[in-house]
Amino acid sequence: MCPDGLTQHPSRATKARIGVFVCHCGHNIAGTVDVARVAEELARYPGVVYSTHYDYMCSDPGQELVKKAIKEHRLTGVVVAACSPSMHEPTFRTAAQEAGLNQYLVEIANIREHCSWVHEAGPATTDKAIRITRAVVEKVRGNHPLEPLTIGHAEKCLVIGGGIAGIQAALDVAEAGYEVLLVERSPTIGGHMAQLSETFPTLDCSQCILTPKMVEVARHPRIRLLTYSEVEEVAGFVGNYHVRIRKKPTYVDPEKCNLCGDCEEVCPVRVPSEFDRGLSQRAAIYIPFPQAVPSSYTLDAEACLGLEPLRCSECARVCEVGAIDYDMQEEIFEEDVGAIIVATGFELYPVEEMAEYGYGQVPDVIDGLEFERILSASGPTGGEVRRPSDGKVPKSVVFIQCSGSRDPELHKPYCSKICCMYTAKHALLYRHLVPDGRAYVFYIDIRAGGKGYEEFVTRAMEEDRILYLRGKVAKVFREGDKVVVWGVDTLTGKRVEVEADLVVLAQAIVPAPGVTELAQRLHMSCLDEHGFLKEAHPKLRPLETLAGGVFIAGAAQAPKDIPDTVAQASGAAAKAIALLSAPALVHPPEVAAVDEELCSGCGICAPQCPYSAITVEEVAEVNEVLCEGCGACAAACPSGAMTLRNLTDEQVLAMVRAALEAAEVASG
Amino acid sequence: MAEFEPKIVAFLCRWCAYAGADLAGTSRLKYPPNVVPIRVPCSGRVEPAWVVDALREGADGVLIGGCHPGDCHYVSGNYKARRRVYLLKKILPELGIEPGRVRLEWVSASEGKRFAEVVADFVAQLKALGPMKVMSDR
Ligand code: FES
Repeated sequence: MCPDGLTQHPSRATKARIGVFVCHCGHNIAGTVDVARVAEELARYPGVVYSTHYDYMCSDPGQELVKKAIKEHRLTGVVVAACSPSMHEPTFRTAAQEAGLNQYLVEIANIREHCSWVHEAGPATTDKAIRITRAVVEKVRGNHPLEPLTIGHAEKCLVIGGGIAGIQAALDVAEAGYEVLLVERSPTIGGHMAQLSETFPTLDCSQCILTPKMVEVARHPRIRLLTYSEVEEVAGFVGNYHVRIRKKPTYVDPEKCNLCGDCEEVCPVRVPSEFDRGLSQRAAIYIPFPQAVPSSYTLDAEACLGLEPLRCSECARVCEVGAIDYDMQEEIFEEDVGAIIVATGFELYPVEEMAEYGYGQVPDVIDGLEFERILSASGPTGGEVRRPSDGKVPKSVVFIQCSGSRDPELHKPYCSKICCMYTAKHALLYRHLVPDGRAYVFYIDIRAGGKGYEEFVTRAMEEDRILYLRGKVAKVFREGDKVVVWGVDTLTGKRVEVEADLVVLAQAIVPAPGVTELAQRLHMSCLDEHGFLKEAHPKLRPLETLAGGVFIAGAAQAPKDIPDTVAQASGAAAKAIALLSAPALVHPPEVAAVDEELCSGCGICAPQCPYSAITVEEVAEVNEVLCEGCGACAAACPSGAMTLRNLTDEQVLAMVRAALEAAEVASG
Repeated sequence: MAEFEPKIVAFLCRWCAYAGADLAGTSRLKYPPNVVPIRVPCSGRVEPAWVVDALREGADGVLIGGCHPGDCHYVSGNYKARRRVYLLKKILPELGIEPGRVRLEWVSASEGKRFAEVVADFVAQLKALGPMKVMSDR
């Protein structure tokens, strides 16, 4: 039942030739809306040259009807009055395109979800359907034909940060066949995971599961590893970033270095080892740990007695292979990359901030990573639990959870997520290594969400007889060779005093230093309030950032354990691969546009843009690829120079008028 | 005489409020037909001038619907809308317009019920206010 289309004389205002197609949707629309009347009213509406109604416009014959009308009536625009655009906008846009009409000249008038389904049958409902459809006719009248923006892109990926997140992401991207540039600030990849003793809840030796991956990175033909390097500059936009990387000289040729260690022995300098968190000393020429990748020594120019002029040169004298080169210069690398994965990881909240827990004044108050080194078989104590002050085996250890976390008044308000688990692990490993030692854990809550996590904590409590005390520690101080911990057990309300030999603080997780500057260089305007990298959408785009083509992985985004970090890294890699493998990047063209005649160059628009898509020199300029089309700039522009393609002020005003005009007036 | 039926123009952000209105439809909730929705990308696209124009052109009320704070698809458009509407409401009395004719509401894509309630409530509110007084320059 396809009634003849009602045709009308040419429009009074423009030479628009718009077709209106009213759908019955069976009874869904026609049951409450007088669809014939809608089509009739619209046929009389200025600019509409063809108007009809049909059972199911989205069906094949329905689409054919639209296509035929486009050709026969040389339509310049199409309005389909039917269900929500979220249903069939693509259907009708494709159909129109097939009939030779630009898809952006097709719009949907939603008379089902917004009208027939929510109102009773009657003239008021039909009247509303007419208004809705007329308003959309006005939109179509003002629409311009547009083409999706397409741009090429580089096929390389930059990964920033060589911890487990960066390693995993780099391997995944490289395995997919793309070149990867992995940039790490320190002399080796591995990150904090390399410092850990064993990992919860399986108690795998951390290095044993990590180092094979590090070696894989070193060997991978498509991964170029730049350690001792930092990303200095990033320019460009999604798919087309140009990056500049500065690599500091290591003064040791990694090709020649055979790790004999002679240099280290003769070096007269000793400084605290970063890898052992200051619990041991290293020479100026050093390798952070034996399995470091790249497998080579590094000469720390700052610690060295002097390179310019050369003050010592003992290391070069003993190096049999001649690997040491005091004239090595820093290098600058410039590369074009299509995608960037930021995996800069975390640091622990500086314990110096925790005056109440005696850190700094009491040598036997240490943080979680220091305890990891003490537990590690390759650590400064050779895997025996010995305390820093006098090297004695501590017979009583207090672990304090949430140190600096969940404390909005003084420290960080958030939960650092991994501390409950690693504290249980610490206490358990301590009890295994010192069977006659006593372990106490002060906690606020136990948060053990994760596969096998709850069971792990229960095992620590029950099998390993660790005493969990629910409560807050008020003070930690030194008395003789003991560290006294004062707290309150909030379950019994009693004061607790423990004379401990060692106190381990589960410090809050904070973003790695330098992330703020890096985010600025990447034009990722958004770090969250705590300095972690902010995702493009907290639920739906957790791996993306607001900078197109920049993805995030690992604890740089929020505190995270290893499984979550690895999963997120693979996710970010998949996102990067999707981008790198696209033949071209396509972007919707309904973006902001500037009328250069009107623009005064005031610059009010630029800070409105969450994507940094606007630059203002003489006049404002929009990078159409970065623009997501939100229109915030257009709304803010005081001179009307900035507008949104196919949703201009004039269009909206015309839509508003059409929505308000009474049906009888127009039909008169 | 027939009861006064206020005319409302609603600017709905496509990601939340418009989708919320869709859900009201899918759920077959009923609300008064006084409102004509106009889809915008984001509540942050809505210019205060549009609101004033709509009221001058014969609307008795204007509804702006956006995502809840923190949920804007474009991160912060709804905060921008909130600031603009706040200022607009301060200026409206100068133009002889009751601020109660403008409403900014957060409606998520899952809040079909809330959308229906907001419309019903706004219609009642505008009925109490009466028709928009004709502006002097019209
Ligand atoms: S997208 Fe809904 S308010 Fe911005």
